[in-house]
Amino acid sequence: MAVEEINWMSGGPQGSGVDTAANIFGRACGYGGLYVYGRREYHSNIKGLHSYFHLRISGNEVSANVNDVDLLAAFDAETVVRHINEVVSDGGIIVDKDQVETKVLSIPTLTYELRSELRQYLDKKGLGDSLSDLLADAGKSGVHVFQVPYMDLLKQIADKLKIEQLSKVTRMINVLTIGISFGLLDYDESLVEKAIRTFFAEKPRIVDMNILAVKTAYDYAKQNFQNNFGHKLQKIEIDEKRIFISGNQAVALGKVLGGCRVQTYYPITPAADESEYLEAHEILKTKLGEERGAIIVMQTEDEIAAINMASGAALAGARAATATSGPGFSLMVEGLAWAGNSEVPVVITYYQRGAPSTGLPTRHGQDDLRFALHAGHGEFARIVLASGDIRECFYDAAAAFNYAEKYQMPVIHLIDKAMGNSSQTCALFDSSMFKIERGNILDETQLIGEYKRFKFTESGISPRVFLGTKNGVHWYTGDEHNEFGHISEEPANRTLMVEKRMKKLDLIEKEVPIEERINFFGDKNAKNIIVSWGSPKGAIVEALQKLTQEGFNLGFIQVRMMHPLPKEYLTDALQNTEKIIDVEMNYSGQLGGIIREKTGIPIGFHILKWNGRPMTTTEVYEAVKLVLFNKAPKRQVLTYGS
Amino acid sequence: MALKMSDFKTDVFVDWCPGCGNFGILASLQMALAELGLEPHRVVLVSGIGCSGKPPHFVKTYGVHTLHGRTLPFAQGIKIANPELEVIVMGGDGDGLGIGAGHFVNAGRRNIDMTYLIHNNAVYGLTKGQASPTLRLGLRTKSLPKPNINEAVNPIALAIVSGYTFVARVYAYDTKHLKEIIKQAIQHKGLAFVDILQPCPTYNDINTKDWYAGEDRKDPKTGKPMSRLYKLEEIGYDPLVKDLSEDIAKKLVAIEKAQEWGDEIPLGIFYKNELVPTFEARISQRIPFYVANAPAKQQISDETGASVADLSEFFEELKMS
Repeated sequence: MAVEEINWMSGGPQGSGVDTAANIFGRACGYGGLYVYGRREYHSNIKGLHSYFHLRISGNEVSANVNDVDLLAAFDAETVVRHINEVVSDGGIIVDKDQVETKVLSIPTLTYELRSELRQYLDKKGLGDSLSDLLADAGKSGVHVFQVPYMDLLKQIADKLKIEQLSKVTRMINVLTIGISFGLLDYDESLVEKAIRTFFAEKPRIVDMNILAVKTAYDYAKQNFQNNFGHKLQKIEIDEKRIFISGNQAVALGKVLGGCRVQTYYPITPAADESEYLEAHEILKTKLGEERGAIIVMQTEDEIAAINMASGAALAGARAATATSGPGFSLMVEGLAWAGNSEVPVVITYYQRGAPSTGLPTRHGQDDLRFALHAGHGEFARIVLASGDIRECFYDAAAAFNYAEKYQMPVIHLIDKAMGNSSQTCALFDSSMFKIERGNILDETQLIGEYKRFKFTESGISPRVFLGTKNGVHWYTGDEHNEFGHISEEPANRTLMVEKRMKKLDLIEKEVPIEERINFFGDKNAKNIIVSWGSPKGAIVEALQKLTQEGFNLGFIQVRMMHPLPKEYLTDALQNTEKIIDVEMNYSGQLGGIIREKTGIPIGFHILKWNGRPMTTTEVYEAVKLVLFNKAPKRQVLTYGS
Repeated sequence: MALKMSDFKTDVFVDWCPGCGNFGILASLQMALAELGLEPHRVVLVSGIGCSGKPPHFVKTYGVHTLHGRTLPFAQGIKIANPELEVIVMGGDGDGLGIGAGHFVNAGRRNIDMTYLIHNNAVYGLTKGQASPTLRLGLRTKSLPKPNINEAVNPIALAIVSGYTFVARVYAYDTKHLKEIIKQAIQHKGLAFVDILQPCPTYNDINTKDWYAGEDRKDPKTGKPMSRLYKLEEIGYDPLVKDLSEDIAKKLVAIEKAQEWGDEIPLGIFYKNELVPTFEARISQRIPFYVANAPAKQQISDETGASVADLSEFFEELKMS
């Protein structure tokens, strides 16, 4: 049975429960066997500025949004103003009856840019400046407007609960809109109840209040808007175990699987959620029994301390990581080079956001690929991984420690805001194939006679000894050093030592299977190939499926190991390609440039975006299609987003 | 077999200037380690950049010569991962109180059971004698183009207000006293800080060995130099906090004592408090097996290489059914 896809958006002031609403809505859909992908958008603000959650409900697993909104659940007038043009022509808008006369140009939290744009729009269309004017206009093109008296409903709820102060229930506007939404969509009400019970598990009183609110709203929708809305949502039976998880959580789980035992961080968006989640779960359940696993999460005084503390822990023998975003990584750079020079297996999870400087602290971007590749003075070996979706976040986070220890070098794991802060349902992660590989480590029984931490070997990898091991005393230094780890400025030693470190990259090229370094989608012999990395994957894969169905010949290489770049594979795959289309979320087409640098193959077409909002399936599909139709300029810039 | 000072020597040439106060610090540290019977592999010496950064190469223990100002983060990472290790941190005054001042303060808040020795010579030696954060306002050591325009930071007072639970000052040429204080600092349960006055014979021509010894102020009666240094223990000063109720008072007295400089410079332990829980104790409140099964010691995979992690509780929380 085909499941209708629904794109639901809830929005309101920050702090009014937008996340909670999305979580409950998403869970309710998930319990009904549906796949959910949810993107969270918020300002760098604690309370008051607009935030929203865009949920896509589907019968198939998806990890991108489309441009459409089928049902907009607005907590306030601003949400309507900001998103009304995203609502599809037979879609719906749930709005507070008491706010429809709001003068939209007077909404205080509208920015200068948006206000000017809105004024022009109203003038152009000859509309008045009330929200009702905008709604009436949308209504003309078929959009259903569901005016709901939020305060009356809250009053009914407060009366039933014998609560005198209305302010004690106004927080529940969010669940009211959920109740209305599911009433309109004719969805199984009991699943919403289940979602609320799980979400507020430890607060029974809150559970009761919220369930009453949902029921009241659900019934209101049924009574007042019966059959007014064409979109319906039906649960389906599935026999698969699924989870609803964010990218931040997936990375944390991957770290636990990978044996991470020390995580350091300094608070920064959008990375901090991962560390807090780990700290909340610091005592780990292991197959070895009780009291055998724990992760120490250290909140440090800055990111400089974070990276260096993690390196210290790694030298002592713990698998150690830190998590940050661009500004924090900037501070880590000196420590990164130390780790490179001293061959420290430290993992840095790098959540990109709009940059440079503070940039767009809560918005998406892929601006930092070249920074991750080149950060640090001097030449040293590192691995840079880039996950493409939440599931990959999990597996890559675990694998990062294997790479770090086997090859004795820092590993930078690139995530981005679109992945980190999005949530989706997916089949339970299967970790049965994952093995921990710690590389060449000597314990005291293997240490006889002189030990050289940086012994010259053919592969460049020297057997490693943890600090504290008997008979293994050795030294580390940020200076150039000899095999013992003592300072050396001798030219012959320098020549060999730099080469020792750098040639480990050749070993990676030789040893790491290509399946771990790239993903390929579509036709292996395609004339047209998309190259990309990171979170555009979800939108590209869907666009590719659609275009393939339409008869286009297309392939997609998702690069996952950004450094060392799988250049031989890329050369083979791209050298006879008619059209190479680079898709990424930055201004300069960083991956495209790197591919050209490493393979000598020029990139014909760029599809780029840097407005802080992730690429949607819709816009990638349209842009790629233009290229395939020979109608695209060499460089297309995508701009969808609100 | 008892350990000897020579068990802690490497064959790396000690490349400090002749007459450098660091020789005394190095020897005292090696003696202290030997006398405490600390096996070389149990000790990790962490240092930063500058003349004070080199000791790890001269001492036969594990040595981690890190970045300028970043000694404490590295050291804390090592100690957190393996609390069985005896972690001793060495750095210069510029390293710890200039570029690394943020770490200096925040390490105090954690009170991790380590020892931090600052080589305090009031100049940046290896870059040819610029003013360090401990050089007094208006002084002009010999390579300064102009007199120092900044006030000096007070390392003792800063350590006390930052939460260090053992705070002492010693003099690099009084190796016997230095050794004893280093031993006590190592044995202290918590973060111990030792400010070591270390004449730099090449660049600090003001706070010289002769200046500390009082060669410029001879007793008119005896004709002997009157040393500027005196020991707190000799005047009956009691740094030990025996009950938390006296903590503030002890801190205030110590901070007041720390203001003395010039003709009367106190040495010895200013403040000592073992009633403040160490970081290890704090973490153990949450993770009772933390010390017994420390992060670096935990088994993370089974004999087949599979991870020992059991994610079922996470999945239970996240499940969608």
